[in-house]
Amino acid sequence: MGLAKRIIPCLDVDNGRVVKGVQFLDIRDAGDPVEVAKRYDEQGADEITFLDITASSDDRETTVHMVEAIASQVFIPLTVGGGIRTCEDIRRMLNAGADKVGINTAAVFNPEFVREAAQRFGSQCIVVAIDAKKVSAEGETDKWEIFTHGGRKPTGLDAVEWAKKMVEYGAGEILLTSMDRDGTKNGFDLGVTRAISEAVHVPVIASGGVGNLEHLVDGVTKGKADAVLAASIFHFGEYSIQEAKQCMVDAGIEMRL
Amino acid sequence: MSEVKKSTVAVIDYGMGNLHSVAKALEHVADDNTTVVVTSDPKVIDAADRVLLPGVGAIRDCIGEMYNAGLVPSIRKAMAEKPFLAICVGIQSLMSHSEENSGVDCLNHFKGNALFFGEEHQDRDGSKLKVPHMGWNQVKQAIQHPLWADIPDNARFYFVHSFYVVPENKSEVAGTCDYGLEFCVALARDNVFAVQFHPEKSHKDGLQLYKNFIHWDGKP
Repeated sequence: MGLAKRIIPCLDVDNGRVVKGVQFLDIRDAGDPVEVAKRYDEQGADEITFLDITASSDDRETTVHMVEAIASQVFIPLTVGGGIRTCEDIRRMLNAGADKVGINTAAVFNPEFVREAAQRFGSQCIVVAIDAKKVSAEGETDKWEIFTHGGRKPTGLDAVEWAKKMVEYGAGEILLTSMDRDGTKNGFDLGVTRAISEAVHVPVIASGGVGNLEHLVDGVTKGKADAVLAASIFHFGEYSIQEAKQCMVDAGIEMRL
Repeated sequence: MSEVKKSTVAVIDYGMGNLHSVAKALEHVADDNTTVVVTSDPKVIDAADRVLLPGVGAIRDCIGEMYNAGLVPSIRKAMAEKPFLAICVGIQSLMSHSEENSGVDCLNHFKGNALFFGEEHQDRDGSKLKVPHMGWNQVKQAIQHPLWADIPDNARFYFVHSFYVVPENKSEVAGTCDYGLEFCVALARDNVFAVQFHPEKSHKDGLQLYKNFIHWDGKP
């Protein structure tokens, strides 16, 4: 009896379609976001994350409509991230039916934005997304740094210290993506997941690198994550959410079945 | 042929954000004779057959906005006479007092306080527990109640909160949950029911609770 760990399928949405860049090269089309969200809802997903990766702001209106459509048909929590830069962006997404918003780059460039957002909307709906890369060499003490621009630009910020600062500023949850692992299917970076999960009192979602169900189990048991996020293993029918949950239950993890 | 009675559910809007999902979930389970209105108009609330009090954000702002919008008399009137459901911060606002925001006096419908889990919250074995309590937890039904109809005991509901209610009168506890300690997540007295979790985010069991509310005559 107790709180269940969560499985969160992630929809990377570009120009109104769910896509997944496999190894950052070919972008594979995985369908209509509303249909995909409904399928995961039926399969027992614990939450859904909608990541707007559309570059141009012209398509922001499309995202709002899509979030509205998902929120009127899917009755589990919905997080929307990508391009959230102002309180007005947050207000629009919450009004459209999002329960939480993910703030990423804007937090790096303007940490006060996180504080302002948490004060205005409550920490419960502010997820700070952290993209981390390992920067320590083999044999050195582990060290991870925050990167922006899809992992291309270093910031000099230590990932664990940054996570602590973001929680202090009001983040209600941390979405941690390993940029070394994202798209590789080699499993989460368990070191950074555990380091951050143990350093903060808010829930941590592990992301980046899931290639099989054992990786999800490891994220919780070894990485101490409160939730695990994956995209491609679910999008292309390799595994269903039910199979993933059963695998975690078999490993002794408390899940909602 | 007798005319079918039309009924209205008023979702109280006091400016504290996302009511979209609450309204959509109610509409999803409503029959053709039920209308869902999101409103900040006391007259609409007074005329409604059922009233739902949502709540997100900080308690000081919630209570402040209820007063600023002139809604407190209508909320009290509704709690005195018709089926009334409060959710999340809504349940906390019905208590006497909350220790959030350095202490806030609330509506005092249920005697008792809302307390903070604490940032160093621990499980009974000493392991660290994250705060907020966020995710799906099992709800033990403490009483039989029309709002629990067709919902299995220990069904999982979605929670996100850092404060929990401690009612003085234990006979008002309708459901409990376990997170380092056993605490109250549902309160019931007469025509008022209140829950800490989010039915609109709790999939089929949450929708069932809303369906039960839409059909509830307000009798325990």
